[in-house]
Amino acid sequence: MTPTRLYTALGALTVALFLASLTTGPASLPIPEALSALVTQSDGPATMVMREIRLPRALLAALIGASLGLSGAAMQGYLRNPLAEPGLIGVSATAALGAVIAIQTGLAAAYAFALPAAALSGAAIATLALLALAGPRGTALTLILAGVAFSALAAALTSLVLNLSPSPYAAAEIVFWMMGSVADRSMTHVALAAPFILAGMALILPLGRGLDALTLGEDAAASMGTRLHRMRLALVLGVAASVGAGTAVAGAIGFVGLVVPHLLRPLTGHRPSTLLIASALGGAALLLAADTATRLVFPERDLKLGVVTALIGAPFFFHLVWRLRGRL
Amino acid sequence: MSLTLANLSVTRQNGRETLRGVSLTVTPGEFIGLIGPNGAGKTTLLRATQGLLPATGTSSLAALTPTQRARAAAFLPQSREIAWDLTVETLVTLGRTPHAPSEADATAVTKAIAQMALTPHAQRRATRLSGGEQARALIARALAQETPLLLADEPIAGLDPAAQIATMQLFAQLAHEGRAVLASLHDLSLAARHCTRLVVLHEGRIAADGPPEQVLTPQLLSEVFHITGSFVFTDHGALFTPTGLT
Amino acid sequence: MALAAPPERVVSINLCTDQLALALAAPGQLVSVTRMLQRDEGAMAEAARALPGNSARAEEIYLLAPDLVLAGSFTAPDTLRMLQRLGLTIEVFTPAETLSDIRANILRMGTLLGREAEAQAEVAAFDARLAAIPAPAGPAPLAALYAANGYSAGDATLPGQMVKAAGFALLAEEMGLPYGGVVPLETLATASPDLLIAARPGAPKSRAEEILAHPVVAALRDQVPTDTLHDSDWTCGTPSVLDTVERLAAIRETMK
Repeated sequence: MTPTRLYTALGALTVALFLASLTTGPASLPIPEALSALVTQSDGPATMVMREIRLPRALLAALIGASLGLSGAAMQGYLRNPLAEPGLIGVSATAALGAVIAIQTGLAAAYAFALPAAALSGAAIATLALLALAGPRGTALTLILAGVAFSALAAALTSLVLNLSPSPYAAAEIVFWMMGSVADRSMTHVALAAPFILAGMALILPLGRGLDALTLGEDAAASMGTRLHRMRLALVLGVAASVGAGTAVAGAIGFVGLVVPHLLRPLTGHRPSTLLIASALGGAALLLAADTATRLVFPERDLKLGVVTALIGAPFFFHLVWRLRGRL
Repeated sequence: MSLTLANLSVTRQNGRETLRGVSLTVTPGEFIGLIGPNGAGKTTLLRATQGLLPATGTSSLAALTPTQRARAAAFLPQSREIAWDLTVETLVTLGRTPHAPSEADATAVTKAIAQMALTPHAQRRATRLSGGEQARALIARALAQETPLLLADEPIAGLDPAAQIATMQLFAQLAHEGRAVLASLHDLSLAARHCTRLVVLHEGRIAADGPPEQVLTPQLLSEVFHITGSFVFTDHGALFTPTGLT
Repeated sequence: MALAAPPERVVSINLCTDQLALALAAPGQLVSVTRMLQRDEGAMAEAARALPGNSARAEEIYLLAPDLVLAGSFTAPDTLRMLQRLGLTIEVFTPAETLSDIRANILRMGTLLGREAEAQAEVAAFDARLAAIPAPAGPAPLAALYAANGYSAGDATLPGQMVKAAGFALLAEEMGLPYGGVVPLETLATASPDLLIAARPGAPKSRAEEILAHPVVAALRDQVPTDTLHDSDWTCGTPSVLDTVERLAAIRETMK
């Protein structure tokens, strides 16, 4: 399949799932009425439901899915390791820790942008430390071990911060930050996260050629004109900004960055550059589908988005580990 | 274009000097064999030449911007990494990375694949090829870069005899066409047979530099390589053969 | 369950039994209540601060040498087992989930403390207040209890019972959630309740409370009367829950 046809197909799928997300929900609105409420102004509950509840939810699912898919594909390309994934290696968990600290200290209430900024800092620290610990010369094993250590530490510190807080909702908060959800988010959250997510993605997308060259190793890539230091900086900032901002408003959602590149790689001829755009589109489609599923499977329950992505993702992870077991 | 190294030195973080004041000029038309025992500094020299290692002294190549450098010199590292299941054709196309996309790309890729006798394998996954075929695919990638200078770190290690000879002949042919090749080699016989010039590295220094017959003297072989060897004059010209240990 | 002679040294180790006991105990009968109640505000807490406080730990309770320990069903089971092993008499109270549970708890406390007459008087006063609340003329307006994380209490909970006693229909009950549950914002928006009972968010210090500042809740706040129910208004089933019921009923009366 040529890249253009693949992108077109994935783009169409994303648009279809976006519409499906907009037309799914407990308020039973007929599809035409739902879509017209989105574009025409009225004071009825339909407009409220569409514009203030479903639209931000679908936008966040698409944006966060795209950033997770893209970040996963870029980190895998850079580390030449199909297990590299923001959720699995602790980047999301550390971003969540940053967000929790911003909320619990009241910083987020005082300055709206403190929330994404703190999550971004957490993600940046984790990404930098992971690249240092399990850089391109590290094995899959070092990456996973470092990631496990990071996830565990970040999760423990998040729980600690929430347990120390006077909030009576600490347990529910911990579940949210560990599993993630885009339910009942508002346009305020979209406005808060979107600039960082888009800026982060804009930093990552041009790295395709360099990631292709890295297929042959660092020296070969450098000899083909790739500026490795600059690439590493763009990658760290891009992943931190997009994953950090997404996590700040929707919690840590795992496995998207693992599953999507894994599924799409064969369709891209295993080429890292083609995989970047494909994974961004595929990530958006997967998260929209997963979020719609949370509303269809158990409509009465507040099913967390990360639970669905983990249920989809974990088997892929086992499959990858099985294939890599010789190298681990 | 020629490559000039002046007083190039590399000191490792542990304080060990692995390259000491190497000066060297490579001119178009030369196929230089970089020889020396393990640890002599061959890989360090090839990397420092391109600025891939922090070094003192000057290298005309390291002074260029990354893109200029990539258009001036192709490099074939010793480790033969192929991270993803690319087809041979896609892998060879990576050699076009430094060049602005043009119609010359397809021509260069097809030519490089043919030069390494990989045309029948062009659509196969590079990771499914045999070790020797992978090595050839990686050489083809460096050829597709179409640079005046080719730097290769042990390009023929692990190849079968036919592929070794074919590769050495190809490099000699490239030099003959006006390009320059600097390749580290362990096989002294093939080096003496095909290279226009040999540079011997010993403990980070150039121990000898010149045509093969002048370089591979009994004294140098003994001091640097701890072997004996001699030239045998045959119908095919002078052939060098190692004969024993000293 | 009547004791031969009323207990003389009663220790309460639960916030709710504290309040039930303080209302009924004879002077000097209650020797310690929880520090949790002492830190509260109001007349009950004022009275509590006159007594030694405890933190519901087995060792300190034992040293108080009580002849009756009053505990709640949420008291740590290990503490209760330890006190039992130490040979103390323990009475465990279950939190009230209905208005009649409140009556039953008062009467049981009266029996345990040997203060039956006082307990019956308190129940009579409670019933009189409840009877004075006017019934709605016509269909009951719909009230939505909406808390952090979109949680809405049902009719099988004390807050739900309180709202119903004030003459409202309850959103969670209409949705078939007797014990309450998460009500999506969409459902809240389309249900168009006549009264919103939700905390007004200041600067939310937790993500859970953010939902109370969502534009949908804010819009509802602008359209219908709003009231706030604090946890302390209902956590312990005491006659003071009627303060809230009377307040809600007054709001309903203005809706006519």
